[in-house]
Amino acid sequence: MKIKANLISGRTANQGAHLEAKTHKGYFDACAYCELNSADLEKLGASEGDSLKVTTEFGEVVVFAKANGGNPDGLAFIPMGPWANAVLSPDTHGCGMPGFKGVPAEIEVTDEKPLDMKSLMKKYLED
Amino acid sequence: MPVIKDAVCSLCGSLCDDITVTVEDNKITKIENACILGHSKFVGMFEHDRIETPMIRKDGELVPVSYEEAIEAAAKILVNSKRTLSYGWCSTSCEAISGAIKLAEETGSLIDSTANVCHGPSALAAQEKGSPSASLGVIKNRADVIVFWGCNPVHAHPRHMSRYSSFSKGLFTEKGRKARTMTVIDVRKTDTAKLADKYVEIEQGSDLLLVTALRSIVNGHEDVVPETIAGVPKAEIIELAETLKNGKFVCIFFGMGVTQSRSKYKNGDAMASLISDLNQHTKAVMIGMRGHYNVTGFGQVATWETGFPMAIDFAKGYPYYNPGETGANDLLVREEPDAAIIAAADAGAHFPQKAVRHLARIPVIQIDPYANPTTELADVVIPSAIVGIEAEGTAYRMDAISLHMKKLIDSKFKTDEEIVKDLTVKVRELKRGA
Amino acid sequence: MSEILIKNASVCDPAQGINCETMDICIRDGKIVDSVSENAKVIDAEGKLTMAGGFDGHTHSAGKINVGRFINPNDARKNLVPGLSGQVARTEKTRAQVGYNTPNTYAIGYRYAKLGYTTICEAAIPLLAARHTHEEFKEIPILDKMGLSLFGSNWQVMEYIRDKEPEKLAAYIAWGLKASRGYGVKIVNPGGGEAWGWGKNVSGLYDPVPNFDVTPAEILMGLAEANERLQLPHSVHVHCNNLGKPGNYATTIETMKLFEKVKPSRDRQSLHVTHVQFNAYAGTSWRDFETGAPMVSDYINGANHLTFDLGQVIFGPAVTMTADGPVEYANSRMLHEKWSNQDIELEDASGVVPLFYSPKSFVNAVQWAIGLELALLVKDPWKIMFTTDSPNGGSFVNYPEAFTYLMSAKRREEVISGFSKMALDRMVLPGIDRELDFYELAVMTRSAQSKIYSRPEKGNLKAGSDADIAIYDILPGQIDPATEYQKVKKAFSGAAYTLKDGVVVVKDGEIEATPKGRIYWVNAKVPENIDSPMQKDLDLKFKKYYTVSKSNYMVEDMYLENPVEIGTEGVF
Repeated sequence: MKIKANLISGRTANQGAHLEAKTHKGYFDACAYCELNSADLEKLGASEGDSLKVTTEFGEVVVFAKANGGNPDGLAFIPMGPWANAVLSPDTHGCGMPGFKGVPAEIEVTDEKPLDMKSLMKKYLED
Repeated sequence: MPVIKDAVCSLCGSLCDDITVTVEDNKITKIENACILGHSKFVGMFEHDRIETPMIRKDGELVPVSYEEAIEAAAKILVNSKRTLSYGWCSTSCEAISGAIKLAEETGSLIDSTANVCHGPSALAAQEKGSPSASLGVIKNRADVIVFWGCNPVHAHPRHMSRYSSFSKGLFTEKGRKARTMTVIDVRKTDTAKLADKYVEIEQGSDLLLVTALRSIVNGHEDVVPETIAGVPKAEIIELAETLKNGKFVCIFFGMGVTQSRSKYKNGDAMASLISDLNQHTKAVMIGMRGHYNVTGFGQVATWETGFPMAIDFAKGYPYYNPGETGANDLLVREEPDAAIIAAADAGAHFPQKAVRHLARIPVIQIDPYANPTTELADVVIPSAIVGIEAEGTAYRMDAISLHMKKLIDSKFKTDEEIVKDLTVKVRELKRGA
Repeated sequence: MSEILIKNASVCDPAQGINCETMDICIRDGKIVDSVSENAKVIDAEGKLTMAGGFDGHTHSAGKINVGRFINPNDARKNLVPGLSGQVARTEKTRAQVGYNTPNTYAIGYRYAKLGYTTICEAAIPLLAARHTHEEFKEIPILDKMGLSLFGSNWQVMEYIRDKEPEKLAAYIAWGLKASRGYGVKIVNPGGGEAWGWGKNVSGLYDPVPNFDVTPAEILMGLAEANERLQLPHSVHVHCNNLGKPGNYATTIETMKLFEKVKPSRDRQSLHVTHVQFNAYAGTSWRDFETGAPMVSDYINGANHLTFDLGQVIFGPAVTMTADGPVEYANSRMLHEKWSNQDIELEDASGVVPLFYSPKSFVNAVQWAIGLELALLVKDPWKIMFTTDSPNGGSFVNYPEAFTYLMSAKRREEVISGFSKMALDRMVLPGIDRELDFYELAVMTRSAQSKIYSRPEKGNLKAGSDADIAIYDILPGQIDPATEYQKVKKAFSGAAYTLKDGVVVVKDGEIEATPKGRIYWVNAKVPENIDSPMQKDLDLKFKKYYTVSKSNYMVEDMYLENPVEIGTEGVF
């Protein structure tokens, strides 16, 4: 089962608290997840902590599922960081700012596990 | 044991200057008044991964070298580069930023700040319509109507509401939170929204529609507004417009929900017009919620030294500015730079994949106290002292008020200011040799 | 020991009454001296007009100008005065330059120096944002700098005036100058900044400030009393109420009259009124708007207690920037222009709006005429500082152009010939044939400033003074400025030499060296028994209302490059 979602990224307190500890597991825990409301999670048949694959025009990334009742239907949130940036839009629309909010995405449950920060970055060097 | 009062917290753009720090044996053992982010920064430096030594990548691995070797390697990269991107310079002092601009000028580089991925569009908006603003204490003392639009201070600026906005008390706002109407406009019910008197949920990417509808109502053209716009019923928008018009002093704080969503700088542009229109009825201002503690400082220093706040290209010898062409991400996506120097910011973590992919292909110099995703891509890594803790310097709060950050403890690391100076000297030396 | 001998200069030095006489000037270690040894380096100034370095007594060059730069990136490319504007690549000697109205800091230093100017006074420093001003000062090369601190809508000031605490008020002013490292007391639209905190304004000298129970007149008199009690080197520096409004000349004269009773504590004026052009408007609306310069000039000709500067308009683009917040909002609405505002907690307001002065607009044409009328109708040039209130009336790089207006009736006629009949009906300039000579120009551009700011080592060529010298490639007597005004403009646009503290910083109109200038600030002494209760009141302000702590408010020593502390003794 896949759902279509509108993907945004943004700050969280936990992400901010790990701004200068990005090699730590705490940062991984604070950023490598995707929030959907429980209805959307239910549609996917996913529970918190399951792996989700998020795919956009720009790439794909595996992150953990997390519930957030504040999200309206179809709105997905990944904290700002390398996991979100694996799938966000590099297009600046001629004004300098890439597309960090409002990227159409497909989300599905996967057996893959999210990559830790170093493994994620290593993929860029191998490309 | 020394207790340092009124220390400035170098984490977010709130730049709280009331931190009490206890130092024992050159270690910070107690922090008072800081929030979770600030606390994590002050104490975290002993727990987090510092870059312990300068490093150069050899055969794919970063290996320890001396500062001299790292500076020389970095200078060689700069001298051999025809198109250098210098990026970041926001979690550092104005003095270091000034040095970085001088280095960019001398090497004909393009220099940009983290505004490229946060409030860059706000600068463009100000260039279209101006920036009707105020210092944060004006909000504390006067504002009875406060709006947080596309920002979430509970998470991003935890002490903002108690020091400057919703909960603060001032001369004309003695009753604090009770004396104020707090509205949150966002695409999802954030923790900040939970504290609001009124939460307006809008469809993601439709901020411009809502601002425009508000302007129409404020200017007496309610009739042109459809029954629902931006996902919000007309009645709710009229109510919001009334709240704004009837306030004695209105402040709209806006964040990346406004700058990063569809219409980007046009959102801030329209918001400035709304503020101007509101001043026909009351007093109103807007303030951007800046993230990095000194991203505002980069904009200030760059503006007085080059005429432009960001995205400054020195290829022609004089500053050239055209964001959208000279922004850091534009440059990387065009695969234009053949080298990059990234300091006091983390492009590896915060740029989209296509830009990061190009960084992975070119020589990258990193200057930072901490290992982070950029380190994984860097070829020369130069560790630095933490400004505001191990080094003094100037920073600008989100409202463009500058403060002097103290040095609290000694460090074995060079400061950003020293590193950039050494690098400039080395570059000159190599150029003369050539 | 470094010595320079400037030989056969045609010296114009009003402070000594020297009017274009051929003589030598000797310099040792940065100061003017009576004689030098044979080893002195010689500069041949034969046939060249030689004056003390220019002194701009009111210019927006650090601090608020950054907002102007920020919102007008288009200004960076403007090159309306070639050689003194636009984009210039870095050289071995100079940093990269941009801009016209709002040049970057380096360009400000280089371009003033090219005009033969060596000292500037920043017109407005908000206390809370003073550190920023000094950061910019640090990056302005060559020039000596000072700045005026804003006190006209300050809560502590208004409360002390309301509560009749003149001694505490003086103590607070002394502290504020020290905190901001300011040189003098600036008052902008007294009380209006506080009213603008609620989107309102004050309408005149006796319109009470909301919530503070004081009037603009009381603020002016209170601050003047404190200024004189502290024996500050400069008088209060006043931007009058009602700036930019038709009919405001009456408020201006009323303000001037108010100061007749103020006794100066030093040998200088008791009032300086700034950019009077913007405050000398007659009429009742923009329809019947006309010059008020004759009335203002009449009053000034009969008064001996005040000085003023012009705020001359230059046609073309300008950027208005002022602590007068309500004026800027009104400008932006009237002109449909972008608007920046920055209210400063407990202290003042401010705003920035770009505009364009067109000779085809009758209002702009009359504004242009008013500045010149003031300069020409006021008989004594020692009462006048030449300014454009840069960049409010226009960029300082246009000073040479403006000098031709003052020196040549023919040049003025040329400009006036493009005006509409309606504009001509509203001005008196066409009937004025006075033409200033080089001596009078020197008074208005350097000598009067020396007196007005009590800086005896500036603005003159006496032995002992700073060797800040401008040498222009023009010879009074051999040219007629009334007809050969293009030559005048050319000579003043690029000095043959500018010396700063005896160092040649400009040669043949190009930058030779970029030494760092000084910062002048005033430390007025206040007895402990008066200062300490004042500090207690202030502590409460910080505890309850400010968002920065008192200890982080004061500008630290490290922000001042080559500081010169001017001590004064308060009289209590």
